[in-house]
Amino acid sequence: MSAALDGRAARLLPRGPRLSAHDAAVFALRAKRDAAARAEPDFERLREQAQQIKAHALDHLDLLLERFEASAQRAGARVHFAADAAELRRVVLELLSQAGARRVVKSKSMLTEECGLNPELERHGIEVVDTDLGERIVQLAHEPPSHIIMPAIHRSRADIGALFERELASPPGDTDPARLTEAARRDLRGRFLAADAAITGANFAVAETGTLVLVTNEGNADLGTSLPRLHVACLGIEKVVPGLADLAVLLRLLARSATGQPISAYTSLLTGPGPGGELHVVLVDNGRTRLLADPRHRSALACIRCGACLNTCPVYRRAGGHAYGWALPGPIGEVLAPALAAGPEAARLPFASTLCGSCSAVCPVKIDLHDQLVAWRAAAPRGWRERWAARLGALALGSGVGYRLAGGLGRALWPLLGRRFAANPLAGWLASRELPPHPGSSFRARFAARARRAEP
Amino acid sequence: MDVDLFVPCYVDRLAPQVGLATAALLERLGCRVRFDPRQTCCGQPFVTTGAHAEARRLARRHAAVFSGAEAVVCPSASCVATVRHRYADLLDEEVARALAARTFELGEFIVKVLNRSDVGARFPHRVALLESCHGLRELALGWPSERSGRPTHAGVSETLLRSVAGLELCEPARRDECCGFGGAFSVAYPELSARIGRAKLAALAQSGAEFVTGTDASCLLHLDGLRRREGAGPRVLHLAEILASQEPA
Repeated sequence: MSAALDGRAARLLPRGPRLSAHDAAVFALRAKRDAAARAEPDFERLREQAQQIKAHALDHLDLLLERFEASAQRAGARVHFAADAAELRRVVLELLSQAGARRVVKSKSMLTEECGLNPELERHGIEVVDTDLGERIVQLAHEPPSHIIMPAIHRSRADIGALFERELASPPGDTDPARLTEAARRDLRGRFLAADAAITGANFAVAETGTLVLVTNEGNADLGTSLPRLHVACLGIEKVVPGLADLAVLLRLLARSATGQPISAYTSLLTGPGPGGELHVVLVDNGRTRLLADPRHRSALACIRCGACLNTCPVYRRAGGHAYGWALPGPIGEVLAPALAAGPEAARLPFASTLCGSCSAVCPVKIDLHDQLVAWRAAAPRGWRERWAARLGALALGSGVGYRLAGGLGRALWPLLGRRFAANPLAGWLASRELPPHPGSSFRARFAARARRAEP
Repeated sequence: MDVDLFVPCYVDRLAPQVGLATAALLERLGCRVRFDPRQTCCGQPFVTTGAHAEARRLARRHAAVFSGAEAVVCPSASCVATVRHRYADLLDEEVARALAARTFELGEFIVKVLNRSDVGARFPHRVALLESCHGLRELALGWPSERSGRPTHAGVSETLLRSVAGLELCEPARRDECCGFGGAFSVAYPELSARIGRAKLAALAQSGAEFVTGTDASCLLHLDGLRRREGAGPRVLHLAEILASQEPA
């Protein structure tokens, strides 16, 4: 019986040129990251420092949140706390209705994806326009992002040309990236000017100064937060870091790990609202304090959402982000799903990994991702199938007698196990592979025979 | 030196020739080789499927079987990684640490304990190395391609292969990308596992290799299963088989 993610991958990212293109595009990001990491002699030291900074911040999160709230309010912002996704949606909706805002420009935020903010606003008649190019593409295509920093990486240039032709009246058959970007830009410019409010995420929040840090390559967050009067920033509580010195370390790692850039095109530090403007910061828990209380898994909250673990993951590159079935795909998504997402499928996501360990090796804040996947597997609820498989397995491998019996049975049944039929426990293996040839006698039998022959 | 063979259950049952090659090679290098038939499985399949209680039971059994051994040598990086990295969660800390300190992957044992790189093998063929992820990243038997900084050590398998007479080492693209096996992953996620494996097989074939070798027979059996279904690609041989080989020129 194969897992849901496997079937969705087969359906959503079918084998063929689309799959190869996805794998190549994502691997290219990894290659850029590798080159940037090698070009920075301090890279390993920075990773160590970043790990310590984030661990310290998580250890003192309560104090840092209070400090951030005080500093941000001193700078003229209003700070709100939301316990879960529903509360975030309610708070944002209230802020928008109080201001009479009907048109909202958004810059990319994985948190609002996690909390389902867009559909909720649209249900209340508010027009929400995503302004990050990739995010705009998936919005026009009515689908969620498939990657945390490259939301439309699963789409080909031809796809996007056809989509823009339909939605933005770009010239038929045009697949030139520069002209397509120009078409999106023309459409977005008017929407920026007409917007009543901006919603953004934030990459970091600095407790000492009450500053929000926005990292983009398109400047869309800057335009969005400069034009409308109202700015609502939504971020997870784990985004708070103590001071600007800590930020300096994390920023040197973020863009290098994400895209291989030494720093992104725009890194904006916003402290308080602009002249005549209004700034609201919504800090969201949504399962994070529960995770914080779990010593084995809390370090996953250190994630700075660079996407490096996705790019290096052989499974993510062959599955595509949509196959994971929730906002965060790849290794970090699998590690956070059991804590932050609901439902039985979330608890099974940690199984969708070969445990190759490359994710742990690239993580800029040194989260032990693949070890956490192993730990989550032990914590996952187990159905009768899993329980019986483990019991039978332990019977077959856990004692000398069981091992001998199982070995004999296996040898006898081997020809049958190689055949494809629905009830075959090895059906998954046989879907695309042959079984190893009939093994004949075991190593132990041959080794014993050899020893007997050697005796005088 | 006295060596206790730790022959993974799947090698014992499905790839006995790998165990025999391991024994022959170690004997050729002057070791006295023993095999304790009480051993069964280190528990890795239970660790990776989250069956903690069963994993603990098998780990205890494994530790008891090898409690008197001087050096435990195993032709599988991933089973050694289980003993070294996962037993700490399953056993008494002291017991786990002591066993981890004297359990070695075959190539690691030859290079680091016996201090040999030329084992007197001869294998006049084009060979590509399939790095085992657990060997590479959990046992540090090489320098993963994603790791920054200048490599401080050479890859163990590579060092050994470079000393084999007549052997030409091929360099596949994405040299250390996972092969997609992943144990239970290959059965529960067959499509994804095969996608990763087919890409690996294609890269290995493209490198011009006649044979692909590695430290984990499990990864090799997965690739070989794909190769036989696809009908093309390099044949698989475990590192022990190549190192034991003394093919005439």
